[in-house]
Amino acid sequence: MAVLALSLPRRAPSVIPGFGPTLGFTLAYLSLIVLLPLAALVIKAAGTTLEQWTAILSDPRVLSALGLSFGGALAAALINAVFGLLVAWVLVRYPFPGRRLVDAAIDLPFALPTAVAGIALTALYAPNGWLGRLLEPLGVKVAFTPLGVVVAMVFIGLPFVVRTVEPVLHDVDLELEEAAASLGADRLQTFLRVILPAVLPSLLTGFSLALARAVGEYGSVIFIAGNLPGVSEIAPLLIVTKLEQYDYVGATAIATVMLAISFTLLLAVNLLQKWRRAQMGG
Amino acid sequence: MSASSTRETPPVRWGLTLLALAFLALFLVAPLVAVLAEAFAKGWDAYVRALSGDDTWSSIRLTLIVAAISVPLNVAFGLAASWAVAKFDFSGKSLLVSLIELPFSVSPVISGLIYVLLFGLQGLLGPWLAENDLKVIFAVPGIVLATVFVTFPFVARELIPLMEEQGREEEEAALTLGASGLAAFWLVTLPNVRWGLLYGVLLCNARAMGEFGAVSVVSGHIRGLTNTMPLHVEILYNEYDFVGAFAVASLLAVLALVTLAVKSALEWWHRDELAAAGH
Repeated sequence: MAVLALSLPRRAPSVIPGFGPTLGFTLAYLSLIVLLPLAALVIKAAGTTLEQWTAILSDPRVLSALGLSFGGALAAALINAVFGLLVAWVLVRYPFPGRRLVDAAIDLPFALPTAVAGIALTALYAPNGWLGRLLEPLGVKVAFTPLGVVVAMVFIGLPFVVRTVEPVLHDVDLELEEAAASLGADRLQTFLRVILPAVLPSLLTGFSLALARAVGEYGSVIFIAGNLPGVSEIAPLLIVTKLEQYDYVGATAIATVMLAISFTLLLAVNLLQKWRRAQMGG
Repeated sequence: MSASSTRETPPVRWGLTLLALAFLALFLVAPLVAVLAEAFAKGWDAYVRALSGDDTWSSIRLTLIVAAISVPLNVAFGLAASWAVAKFDFSGKSLLVSLIELPFSVSPVISGLIYVLLFGLQGLLGPWLAENDLKVIFAVPGIVLATVFVTFPFVARELIPLMEEQGREEEEAALTLGASGLAAFWLVTLPNVRWGLLYGVLLCNARAMGEFGAVSVVSGHIRGLTNTMPLHVEILYNEYDFVGAFAVASLLAVLALVTLAVKSALEWWHRDELAAAGH
């Protein structure tokens, strides 16, 4: 590895030592921990025959699980886009007592282990839970339904939107808002025409990060989902089920489809943002 | 221009603030309160009894061991990667940085799956491991590997932008004055990035101790042997031992709260010495 690093082309001359060893270690560690295991997935997927692929991907249970993971994640990311923007707006614009504490609490879903979040949300939304008890008479069932899946995904995705929008909202030029007001725009028009376009790229980034996280989410979802095959079973759980039955081919196929769609989504959003930035002239 | 032209009326302001706080109370505060309420549902004695089982202690010990191995590994990697990326120019650098972030966009379950495909009995290296009587999957090495994978980017992601921001002049000055490369690193670079490093370690550790999906796939759930705390929470919960499950969960919740408190303190007192990107 070190040899490979030293032979890398064209690095600018520097008096600082240690290029070879540090880059060599970096590449070796990256290859061993990340690239080699991911390659095992690709190799396994490449060894799967066309008939196997068709059989797996036409299985209604697989399609339903993929549909729930992506559909639920999309719904949760949309909810997070709206409420995440609201929370970021309030935190940046309106001073209120305890604001710093609230701001620190936003990262709770990052810090709280997913299994803990999962059993806590289930306890809240189960028919005899604090919130489930209130919703039951209204005919709304959250725990052990697809709605529960979305609730868990909202929890896990919220900080992504708030944390990407917050700094941009902070930097919106107040003079632009004053100019809009002096030209006769009311607050809503200023928000829609001046502020929203400025934060839209960051909102889109936060949305796609929340979406990507929710698609693959496992721990916080499986407790509240009820995991009824074809109804409230998410794709990651189906991977686990297939593995427990030693169906490596099935597990690999679902994982490959999930990764392919996720990477395409993230790439599309990246390209969209580059294009937008080019449109806006940097 | 009066300030009122760029401000909402008080009713709108209060309305939006209350709506945002209600949303946060529902989605952030309520689950946290629920953990503590359920853990203490049958009183303090039941809580202590739930935590004193042998299986609980062995899960705590395993969680600490796994974090004690995976966090230092990722710190060594983060320091090496950020030194290479920030102090030198070379082609392929942005690709390298993207690859370092890659584990964040892989589902935890898939993070476990790839190690099963590599080291499991039917895996690529499975037969060779079995021949040499080595066990990775359903054993502690697999748990450590999966944890290293999911926490892989934390330290590097924090240190790379920070070191790039700080530039190379200070190290170059130290070297010109006769310091060795290692001395420049210990005496110049490390003190400059210490708070960022601590920040990365903090987040890395929280994830390492709390990881569930990836570890669940490779662990095999052998009680007393391959059960980490989050996996033990699941087992107790599925056995309807709710006080036990929430008691162990409460320890993890306290870890999360301590992590958040230290993180906020770092952001408050050392904002300038943390990476500009991301917070």
